Amino acid sequence: MRKSLHPVVMIALVAAVTLAGRALPTWTLSLATIAASNALIALGIVVLARTGNVSFGQGLFFAAGGYGVALIANAWGLTDAVAQVIVGALCGGLLGLVVGPLIARYSGIFFGMLTLALSMVFYGALVKSTALGGSDGFNVGRPSLFGMSFTDPREADYMLYAISVIVTGFAGIAATILFRSEFGLASLAVRENNLRVEYLGLSANRIISINFLIAAIFAGASGAFALMAQRHIDPQFAYWTTSGEFVFVAVLAGNQSVAAVFVASMALELVRSFSNLYLPNTWQLVLGVFLLGVILFLPRGIGSLWIRDRRKRRISTTAHLTVERGAAP
Amino acid sequence: MDRSWRTICAVLLASIATSSFTLAAPASAQETFKLGIVTFLSGPAADSFGVPARNGAQFVIDQLNKGAAPSPYEKVGFGGLKIEPVIIDENGGATKQVQELRNLYQRDSVDVVLGYISSGDCLAVAPIAEELKKMLVLMDCGTPRIFEEAKYNYVFRTAAHATMDNVGLVRYMKAKNVKMETLSAINQDYAWGQDSRADFVAAAQQLYPNVKVQTDLLPKFGAGQYGTEISALVGAGSDVVYSSLWGGDLQAFVLQSAPRGLPKRSQLVFSAADHVLPPLGDKMPDGTIIGARGAYGLMSQKSPLNDWLFKGYEAANGVYPVQAAYRIAQSILGLKAAAEKAMSKNGGRKPSTDEMVAAMTGLEWPSPGGLIQMKLADGHQAIQPIAISRTKYNPDLKRVDLVDIQYFAAECVNPPPGVKSIDWIKGGMQGAKCN
Repeated sequence: MRKSLHPVVMIALVAAVTLAGRALPTWTLSLATIAASNALIALGIVVLARTGNVSFGQGLFFAAGGYGVALIANAWGLTDAVAQVIVGALCGGLLGLVVGPLIARYSGIFFGMLTLALSMVFYGALVKSTALGGSDGFNVGRPSLFGMSFTDPREADYMLYAISVIVTGFAGIAATILFRSEFGLASLAVRENNLRVEYLGLSANRIISINFLIAAIFAGASGAFALMAQRHIDPQFAYWTTSGEFVFVAVLAGNQSVAAVFVASMALELVRSFSNLYLPNTWQLVLGVFLLGVILFLPRGIGSLWIRDRRKRRISTTAHLTVERGAAP
Repeated sequence: MDRSWRTICAVLLASIATSSFTLAAPASAQETFKLGIVTFLSGPAADSFGVPARNGAQFVIDQLNKGAAPSPYEKVGFGGLKIEPVIIDENGGATKQVQELRNLYQRDSVDVVLGYISSGDCLAVAPIAEELKKMLVLMDCGTPRIFEEAKYNYVFRTAAHATMDNVGLVRYMKAKNVKMETLSAINQDYAWGQDSRADFVAAAQQLYPNVKVQTDLLPKFGAGQYGTEISALVGAGSDVVYSSLWGGDLQAFVLQSAPRGLPKRSQLVFSAADHVLPPLGDKMPDGTIIGARGAYGLMSQKSPLNDWLFKGYEAANGVYPVQAAYRIAQSILGLKAAAEKAMSKNGGRKPSTDEMVAAMTGLEWPSPGGLIQMKLADGHQAIQPIAISRTKYNPDLKRVDLVDIQYFAAECVNPPPGVKSIDWIKGGMQGAKCN
């Protein structure tokens, strides 16, 4: 895409952020865990958005990951945090494998609405299933790590923080490498003109399916993090407002920088939390004004604060992102 | 859209971030008791439950801080400590509630968090408080699962769970000889509706062994339009139509069913309907059997404590208090009783969390809605008396009065310790003490 950070520098950045958690006040740790988990799923949306499709139903994979982990944890006592992330990613990925190829044939608003519809079907089924606690959901035990269990709340929070930052960080690095790869560039080409891509001998459907699968894996892992952080799952995971929030993060971040996704996600959590504390009656208004402000003053997202080159093939990106914003809730 | 904007935005973002960290630092000059209060301030449950609860909390805390409450609560605040409330919105789902609960304890260093109306939120926050070893008082949520599926030391619920509402209704109907050979039900398709329906049907089958369930409807939460459902209910023509609908859904159902004659054909029975009486007024059909999830509002029993809440709340808010205001009042008074009990033992210092927990466990205290006893779940779950009554519109006062009120003792409508609610009902409600 452009001259940018070497992967080694990025790994160092991830390590630095992980260690910085040692110095953060306790309450920010779980907030940052949720922010990292939301960033991971929003990153998936950005990956998918490069093919020109926005999924309004990532809650489907988020919930699949969360419920998969929760059920396995309760049935077989699997509490290891790393194993739970892998299970979550697998659940999301498996579902993505089934749904992706079916849905890749559609594009634009049809794609968006179909993903939304599928997630709401899942939501409806979960609300009806009284064995899974219906709309109230159910609880799971706290996670452990490599056989160690953490009784000190701060240590437990730090463990989750570290894992979520590392996993999300590496996902971000992988996404950056992917964006620069041949496949990543072909994804961009699908968005510009999928007919021409087909004439070049590539299958646009396959490219969309693979990107969809990546987004689903990220969403499943993100569901596992959300579950570990709150130890409770309910059908709200699959509800459309949850999915909408992830698109919200992706819109805030813009698709220029992977790091922007993390910054946007953290900023959103902070604004939400503090507006809820100081303005309990109007916190939604504050969130809305925040989003409006970012759209008006940073139309290409928070990432445009530090990404400067916008001459090279950026015009089309802008045009496309504006379309996405128009559709975002 | 160039560099200057970018700088401004960057500076703004950075300043938001830094100011949020500095604002978070606690700065208390005088020792207070910091009480986190979580209730719906937006969303569908705000009008019916959340806002009345907030108003109730504000009234009670103001009065306590002034030392204006009647006996035995005449001390200022909690044993002399002024109460400093931090009120936040419960809307936004369980993920947000878990996060905000942590923030309340870890960032805002509140001493106790009190609140939660949604059962899903209660289930989600309880284990977190337990892990953080901080005291949490659940004030309203209905599901019996909280203490039946897990054991908590730091979590309390100061109100009876939803089993009481339905057992009370069926006992009332039996006591008043309401005929119920056939039964139809309409409940929202989510945990509250599903659980209430299961409890009511199970209790009905105990006291009316020959009852036949006819139409059993589960429209989705927030449906608002009940044309088809009302057709089905009118068509079935059961003796009794039971519903646990609440808020806007219940109002819509009543408004749409009355013109079609449903109340004339079937006896309507609503498990939690007192909060829709002020907005519905004369649209509420006379003779409907309703519960209020306790002896609350117009069904409350006269006492100095009840007069204080009823009249004071009405004067402050222009409307009489309904269930949510009573429920939050009884939980704040319970905390006050616990704090003062703990302070009488530790020599008057501000009680620690463990001292508060020890004092609250198994506590009993008088409230505007009657005596609250922490009898279930090893002293962590309250039982309380309930009242059931019939509606009758009073054109002089332009409000719905409640007549034919019958009170049931706490131990008549709540399961004994150690038994799951649904098993207790299905097992014939063994050990119930009614007189």
